[in-house]
Amino acid sequence: MSIWEKTSLSDFILTVDSLEAWYGDAKVLHGLSFALKKGEVLALIGANGAGKSTLLKSIAGQLPKKVGSIMFNGNRIDSLVANDIVAKGVALVPEGRRLFASLSVEENLILGGQVKRPGPWNLAEIYNLFPILGEKRNVPGTSLSGGQQQMVAIGRGLMSNPDLILLDELSLGLAPIVIKDIYALLPKIVGNGLSAILVEQDVNRALASTDHFLCMQEGRISLSGVPMDYTKDQISAAYFGM
Amino acid sequence: MLWVNIIIQGILVGGLYALFAAGLSLIFGVMRLVNIAHGDLIVAIAYLAFVIVKATGLHPLASLILVVPIAMAFGYALQRGILNRTLGKDILPPLLVTFGLSVIIQNGLLQIFTADNRKLQTGALETGSFPLLPGVDIGYLPLLQFIVAIAVIAGLQYLFYKTAMGRAFRATSDDAETAQLMGLDNRKVYAWAMALCLGVVAIAGVFLGVRTSFDPAVGPGRLIFGFESVIIGGLGNLWGTLVGGVILGVAQGIGAQINPGAQELAGHLIFLLVLAFRPTGLFPRMQG
Repeated sequence: MSIWEKTSLSDFILTVDSLEAWYGDAKVLHGLSFALKKGEVLALIGANGAGKSTLLKSIAGQLPKKVGSIMFNGNRIDSLVANDIVAKGVALVPEGRRLFASLSVEENLILGGQVKRPGPWNLAEIYNLFPILGEKRNVPGTSLSGGQQQMVAIGRGLMSNPDLILLDELSLGLAPIVIKDIYALLPKIVGNGLSAILVEQDVNRALASTDHFLCMQEGRISLSGVPMDYTKDQISAAYFGM
Repeated sequence: MLWVNIIIQGILVGGLYALFAAGLSLIFGVMRLVNIAHGDLIVAIAYLAFVIVKATGLHPLASLILVVPIAMAFGYALQRGILNRTLGKDILPPLLVTFGLSVIIQNGLLQIFTADNRKLQTGALETGSFPLLPGVDIGYLPLLQFIVAIAVIAGLQYLFYKTAMGRAFRATSDDAETAQLMGLDNRKVYAWAMALCLGVVAIAGVFLGVRTSFDPAVGPGRLIFGFESVIIGGLGNLWGTLVGGVILGVAQGIGAQINPGAQELAGHLIFLLVLAFRPTGLFPRMQG
């Protein structure tokens, strides 16, 4: 029995049911169903092309061509566009950071707070979390190192005071020491009851940092549950499809 | 002193060209849209001012109080109603639609106002001048026009770099998809950019009507001057656009002095030289 089946619907912040999504004519997601409890951190693992980023984009409203339902805080959001979904409380930290090149660090962060949702995060709190950003607040965001850019991207996502943050490939292109630093801050980031879905290529790190996991393969869920319930071989088999 | 005079008059004319160009630069900078109807919109606004002046008796420059908000509202509606539907990865649809709009505006103006020349009369302001140097007189109207051009560009620059709206314009220009993740509705951002553009077009249109006579067919020529100013100055750079307008104005002045028939040709030659050797313009917008 799935661990989610023991929980009442009101405990879930996100429920995805029979989700299918396309890039043009190519179907990428094939009937995904899963749920996320409030305050839970979920790792989304899988090989390249498994559909992890597509799933996050579908939730965040960046993929218009999809069927199935996505419920967030009890409301359907699958027909909404990205700017309406962020106002509802879902923030996506996109793969590759995608900072605004003509904006300074501070302007990038302020823009993240554009939707003005109430909550604990503001500029001062972001600078407390990432002190280096306070020192570099006036320089262009894209002139920072990769790790610092990732901090801006995370800070920008937090500035909207979301209920759910989608973190796509946090460690992509970063030095191991920087990755370690960012993961050390993860408990602070999700410490206020924030729910999170973390897409990560580094499976061990992802499983060690989260409550539950979903393993995806070719647009389908191949395994899900609590990391400690499965052996490495079982997870590897689900990951590689062996 | 003759050449000093030519250069100074060219600089002042450049102010008008910068006003023609600022809206083009703004729209290209924010949404990568080349508005073929830009020149016709300038002329249409000149006609709007003509009608308002006739109906109310306002001074043409005072008519800006009505012309600017009307133009901005039209720009917002134009973007929301038509142009937003054409934007995407393919650059052809907006080009075709604005080309169609250009044809419609020209023929509509022809139907309503006939092909007769019109002009906005400002009395003594048109002919008044003061001596700057021996042999160099500065007209009040060209000077006012140049000051207004600087003020408009400074205002746009302030809006772009010091306000929330400007931040939204820049973010959407950098990465429209990610800007939506910040809660920005691109359709509204583009509509406000077009409203702002039409506000600038309104000022350009009134100064066009005050400075020279106009008819429904002169729009494409204004588009060319604006386009050349933008390219010379550098795509997406507002101050560069002012410099581009000034270079174009000075080139035309020098061309006219050499041969009256070579006035526009000299401007086009400068434009071609810049295009050949600095395709991104003299002062392209720097990216992070």
